[in-house]
Amino acid sequence: MKHGILLHEPQDDVGVAVTDLKKGATIGALTLEGKAAGKVKLISNVPLGHKVAMRNLAKEQPVMKYGRPVGKAVQPISRGAHVHTHNVKTLRWAI
Amino acid sequence: MKTATNLKFTGYRRPDGRYGIRNHVIILPVDDISNAAAEGVASLIKGTMALPHAYGRLQFGEDLELTFRTLAGTGRNPNVAAAVVIGIEPKWTDRIVKEIAKTGKPVVGFSIERHGDLKTIERASRKAKEFVQYATELQREPFPVKKLCMSTKCGESDTTTGLSSCPTVGRSYERLLKGGATLMFGETSELTGGEDIVESRCVSRKVRADFRCVFDDYTNLIKSQGVDLLGSQPTEGNIRGGLTTIEEKAMGNIQKIGRCQVKSILAPAVEPKGPGLHFMDSSSAAAEMVTLCAAGGSVVHYFPTGQGNVIGNPIIPVIKLSGNPLTLETMSEHIDVDVTGILRMEMTLDQAADHALDVLEHTVNGRFTAAEALRHDEFVLTKLYRSA
Repeated sequence: MKHGILLHEPQDDVGVAVTDLKKGATIGALTLEGKAAGKVKLISNVPLGHKVAMRNLAKEQPVMKYGRPVGKAVQPISRGAHVHTHNVKTLRWAI
Repeated sequence: MKTATNLKFTGYRRPDGRYGIRNHVIILPVDDISNAAAEGVASLIKGTMALPHAYGRLQFGEDLELTFRTLAGTGRNPNVAAAVVIGIEPKWTDRIVKEIAKTGKPVVGFSIERHGDLKTIERASRKAKEFVQYATELQREPFPVKKLCMSTKCGESDTTTGLSSCPTVGRSYERLLKGGATLMFGETSELTGGEDIVESRCVSRKVRADFRCVFDDYTNLIKSQGVDLLGSQPTEGNIRGGLTTIEEKAMGNIQKIGRCQVKSILAPAVEPKGPGLHFMDSSSAAAEMVTLCAAGGSVVHYFPTGQGNVIGNPIIPVIKLSGNPLTLETMSEHIDVDVTGILRMEMTLDQAADHALDVLEHTVNGRFTAAEALRHDEFVLTKLYRSA
């Protein structure tokens, strides 16, 4: 398996780790159609199924997945970081 | 490629023209206090199954109507050959018997008051024995895809369901729809963040308005409680699997309908009228939702799971699909369709749909699903509000 990250849409801000990924490793990303979507160096461990930032995201910036906003960054997120409940919250419901 | 035209289904033709893929004789309690008698009958008569549940007393209004509709719909389901209904008193018992009788299948009711459990069990068992002998003589016959009524709902979702098992169901649904099948989906709360996509798929302005009404009702209910669903949606299981927000979860969920259009909006446990994809207003709790679909006439269910929801249903087979390699490694006994190849880029969605439809064909024709073999018989009524 040459890739370690899958993207729903090529321009998505986050990709899904398809295996446990280790901090420091440089990992290839693919779109669902199998097209190469670049490589990213991980700055944290990302377990299977969790998300990796494909680019730097500013605080309050919407986070795109499936080509749509699925939440917003509540702190700056660096490329290669683990993206989850600690740094992204829903845009729905009061928080 | 597996398409609607080369799927070979066999099933039991019921008097109302619908086809069942299982041939159950059920002992259906009207209320919680009749569970013991129903279970007494089922333990005496081979080939019968009791469906104990927690409700049926002192309910009122829409909540009572939903319980009636769910119980009657369960008896009406084509996977049920015949039904024995047992309630504490005759009136509500008769109401359910009459609804089931409209399908033309054998059904009879017994009430416990003025007889006691033991005499009721004896009388009901004699009838149950007759029904089993009737049912065991019925033969399977071929039926076309357009006579199939099925449902889908995912559970213990994670990011892999959105990438693999849900779109596999979506692709399978697209092919079944072409063959004229009747298809259902639901889970009102789990569309939050993707409700505009479902809206845009509605076939007409009227259906779009019906959907908006159901979705807004749900949103208003949450608001009226002075709460939000953070902490419940996504669930702790979803979060462990990598899902961060309800919008992300909804987007994965919606992959189950592929590119299909939505033909009608159904109240819970209501039977769809005619072929097409129908949305049923329903809870996202797995056992409740599958019970409602079965009451609406679904005979088999596709259940994508990420982290490994183990749910089943007593009257309809639940087919589990998963693309999560950890779930396949640690709890493979629960999974019927392994689509982990999608994450490894070794399997296309079309190949995954071929596999899912192949398992559907085997299941329709009688092969037990994992949940059936593991005795996952969750029968759970949806309660709308507290009883009187």
